[in-house]
Amino acid sequence: MKFDEVREHFPIFKKLDAEGIVYLDSASTTQKPFEVINAVTDFYENHCSNVHRGVYRLGEEATEMFNHSRENIGKFIGAKDREIVFVRNTTEALNLLSYSLGSTLKEGDEIILSNSEHHSNIVPWQMLRERKKVRLKFVNSRHDRPISPEDLSPLISSNTKIVSLTECSNILGNINDIRPISKIAHDAGAVMIVDGAQSVPHMPVNVKDMDCDFLAFSGHKMLGPSGIGCLYGKEEALEELPPFMGGGEMIRTVTKENFSCEDIPIKFEAGTPNIEGAIGFSAAVDFLRNLGMSSVRNHEKELIAYTLKKEEESNIEDLISYGTRNIEKRAGIYAFNIGEIPKFDKEHISSENVSVKIHAIHPHDLSSLADRTYGVELRSGHHCAMPMTEDLGVSATTRASYYVYNTREDVDKLFEAIKASIRRFGF
Amino acid sequence: MTGDDYINSEILDEHFRTPRNFGRITGHDVEIIETNPTCGDTIVLDMKFKGDILVDIKYITRGCSISTAAASILSENLMGKTREEIEHTTKEDVLANIGLKLGPARERCALISYDAVQKGIKNHFKRK
Repeated sequence: MKFDEVREHFPIFKKLDAEGIVYLDSASTTQKPFEVINAVTDFYENHCSNVHRGVYRLGEEATEMFNHSRENIGKFIGAKDREIVFVRNTTEALNLLSYSLGSTLKEGDEIILSNSEHHSNIVPWQMLRERKKVRLKFVNSRHDRPISPEDLSPLISSNTKIVSLTECSNILGNINDIRPISKIAHDAGAVMIVDGAQSVPHMPVNVKDMDCDFLAFSGHKMLGPSGIGCLYGKEEALEELPPFMGGGEMIRTVTKENFSCEDIPIKFEAGTPNIEGAIGFSAAVDFLRNLGMSSVRNHEKELIAYTLKKEEESNIEDLISYGTRNIEKRAGIYAFNIGEIPKFDKEHISSENVSVKIHAIHPHDLSSLADRTYGVELRSGHHCAMPMTEDLGVSATTRASYYVYNTREDVDKLFEAIKASIRRFGF
Repeated sequence: MTGDDYINSEILDEHFRTPRNFGRITGHDVEIIETNPTCGDTIVLDMKFKGDILVDIKYITRGCSISTAAASILSENLMGKTREEIEHTTKEDVLANIGLKLGPARERCALISYDAVQKGIKNHFKRK
């Protein structure tokens, strides 16, 4: 499949193209190709049954389809099927780790995170801190360059038990090279966890190459259905981990007194799983594999390079953007502001109408205007990355994010929309 | 109302650029800081009462045009009203006064000042 044919596979673009809508929020969630939609409806229409239970034909079909999905998604990241735990999403995967792995920690143990993490890789660890009195340390990296091993080293101590970092920031688009970071973590005897929500969908990712212990990612951010995601864990790491939720499926035996767990990965999958979600996710993986992940990465690299070039050429006064400008380390994510509205400071409450004074357009206004003027759909706010937004010194940013179906014309429209919004605000 | 009303709304524009009752009250009876969790926008709202009557209301917003304009319109509408009248003001009233059809995310921008007022009323009269 070539990139100019990609859009034809997404039924929604018939409607969006007719209405002149440009979807630039794929870091939030992606559109779905008919291959994924058909896989889900095919399950409902032809194979609907529970898994791991019925010995009748339909039950066996459903189980085979579900197991195949696990194996297929595992192969996509270089993992065995036993190493793939189905969860709802990246958030649930990281919560699973904060409970199960977290239960093995003791007071004074340290966890290293970064200031560019999504809230899903911060809050579960803060909740763990409440329970276990562990310490959280943050790599405070600058917005304009990825996290480097040198940023991590000074934070490592004999108490470091977990390093949990994103492979790609959802607000900056900076791509962090995990392999050397994993090495530092492992040399210190710590577990390496990777938030792959923004990397697995957009670039070749291989768990063996990056040598992480755990990797979390979501189906809906890579053309699959929502409500299905994966936690990859090294076989031996998963085997050592205590279970997460209890219930059906995850047990081997239950007596009135006790229970024993099923083998991995089912040990972590209590209750009936999202069967059709897993099947749709697997179809999404097939679609991406067919495109080739290197080609996906190159397509997005070209779009972000074009965006940065357009930005320079456009000479828009007060346009400030964030993230590294080294496109080799930059994903298809473009966060920016038209004038920076400073973050709110409770200690120094200014009695001025700041936006008007500094001629800034608030991201909420900008994204509403971009939608109303050019049909350009952007995300605005803190993008679930409040610590980085705060470190940028702003109250919010506007973000465009690209995927396989976006084109240079979409980028052109983004800049038209920005200019139209500024004309409308007309300070 | 169509979507175009948002970009063409003179009321919104006027209240955003020259918001009424913008600022702080020295010697306020109640101060509320309210944040919109979807975007981190913040309002600091001060109120002063004489008995049951709201005799002064001022605010500082750090947010979008809608949150500032909505606070401005609300402050004009509530000034001089009684506690009971303010308590009986509904979200629908506030949105109707802004006169724009807003999606759920922008509705939160429009209602941040309303939420602050209601919280302020509760705090102030609970203490009494």
